[in-house]
Amino acid sequence: MTARSAGDTAPASGATAHEDHYVPSARRLERERFRRTRARRATAVAALSTLVTGVVLFLAVVNSPGWPRTRETFFSAHYAREALPKVLDGLWLNLRLLVICGAAVLILGMLIAVARTLRGPVFFPLRALATAYTDFFRGLPLVICLLMVVFGIPALRLQGVTTDPVLLGGTALVLTYSAYVAEVFRAGIESVHPSQRAAARSLGLNGRQTLRFVVLPQAVRRVVPPLLNDLVSLQKDTGLVSIAGAVDAVYAAQIVASKSFNYTPYVVAGLIFVALTIPSTRFTDWVTARMDRRRAQGGIV
Amino acid sequence: MTSDRKGEGAPGQAGPEPVPTPEPNGSGSVPGQAGPTPVLRLEAVRKTFGRTVVLRDVDLEVAPHTVTALIGASGSGKSTLLRCANLLEEVDDGAIFLDGEEITDPRVDPDAVRRRIGVVFQAYNLFPHMTVLDNITLAPRRVHGEPRARAEERARELLERLGLGGKAGEYPDRLSGGQQQRVAIVRALAGRPRLLLLDEITAALDPELVGEVLGVVRDLKEEGMTMVLATHEMGFARDVADQVCFLDGGVVLERGTAAEVFGDPREERTRRFLRRLVEAGRL
Repeated sequence: MTARSAGDTAPASGATAHEDHYVPSARRLERERFRRTRARRATAVAALSTLVTGVVLFLAVVNSPGWPRTRETFFSAHYAREALPKVLDGLWLNLRLLVICGAAVLILGMLIAVARTLRGPVFFPLRALATAYTDFFRGLPLVICLLMVVFGIPALRLQGVTTDPVLLGGTALVLTYSAYVAEVFRAGIESVHPSQRAAARSLGLNGRQTLRFVVLPQAVRRVVPPLLNDLVSLQKDTGLVSIAGAVDAVYAAQIVASKSFNYTPYVVAGLIFVALTIPSTRFTDWVTARMDRRRAQGGIV
Repeated sequence: MTSDRKGEGAPGQAGPEPVPTPEPNGSGSVPGQAGPTPVLRLEAVRKTFGRTVVLRDVDLEVAPHTVTALIGASGSGKSTLLRCANLLEEVDDGAIFLDGEEITDPRVDPDAVRRRIGVVFQAYNLFPHMTVLDNITLAPRRVHGEPRARAEERARELLERLGLGGKAGEYPDRLSGGQQQRVAIVRALAGRPRLLLLDEITAALDPELVGEVLGVVRDLKEEGMTMVLATHEMGFARDVADQVCFLDGGVVLERGTAAEVFGDPREERTRRFLRRLVEAGRL
């Protein structure tokens, strides 16, 4: 009997709070006062230590010998204003790449993961192919994969195959990232206890139904945090399509920087990427915390 | 289990006590009652989950070297009471005293309190990634700072006494439920607790395995271990408990010796509860 079930199945003796005349004791009030004081003190300590850390870091940077020059080269308001609209223009490409590639990666990764977990001799070629795919694309550096796809495929001069650097760059991202994501999904699938499979099969569900209704729902829920982690990483790596000549946020910054020999545009682009990543990180935290709450037994440890 | 005692006291008494029994301070002593300080004392404990009151003004006293059985229907608050006593739940109001010292005070370090209390859970809660020996020696080594050799020696001795001599190197999943639960008891004893809390420790066991676990509890009682157990095994509670508490709707409805509560219950609800058990063939 867990603490929670104790609450859910209170017997019919009318054990609900609104109908008893409970008055908090002096002991409880004193405890609560103490906890409030302790919380206030903790907040004060946190604020103070944050302030001190911030001041120390600030002084260390500002008093460094190269600071005046560095400030002009990396934190110039003039160049920031000049670069911002161009970087934002480029960012639109990053965002489109993220949404489309992200969806493609999730679908392809799931298919590969499922292919790798299929049992039975008929599926051997599929299994082998999926294994080879993940082995290869997980090992291949993303930059090399991009260069191969973006310059290699047009070099073949195939009829009807695009030479658009954005499409090809996106393809390379999908190739690499679906190998990562497939492994995440596979880890999730294999973490579902065999007894779940046994229970589903003994109810008469076939292999596919077992996967679809019992295994995958549990597996996916378990791997949400690492999946979102990979998506945040993909969001940053969309910048790499610029090596094929597509003008994304990073490349836009580079164009401004190379004309002026001032690196402020890079800082602007970098900060924008950070700003984009923070919501996804917070979202990951929120999803994880919610799942923990729903599964937790309760209690304070 | 094993009948040969090696001339030493209970596992909880063997060796130096980690915490000496403090003198009862003002709040810990019971006015108008002689005898030693209770090991565990609950005073007007109240616990709610949301709008549901799970424990309402619960008073309870557990004298040293006695066994207290908490009985009552599912949801009557037995487990919550045990979880509060181990500070796994924070009480809303009232106070809990361990050896006369208030442990529900927010200034008290809960880890220090939990070091003095052993808990055995219904679902064993052994760590599946550790061998039996590692499960048992984890707390003595990491919490109590015992050297590995001494912790392991004591663990093997306890395992031997509970009839698990050959299982030290096994992983929990390879043991039967009864064996796992006995390992869990050894793990709880390894920290030399003042008090052992047993939360329906036989509820997940096959009937033929219940006996071996209850036998261990009987042995511990003889050795003088102070225990509080929530149980559905009424026959066992009647045999082993010095004090029986019937919980109903978060209130201790009836409290007395086993003979009083089982033989001549005062409350209508208690009678009805016991009658249902008799009808179900459980008593």
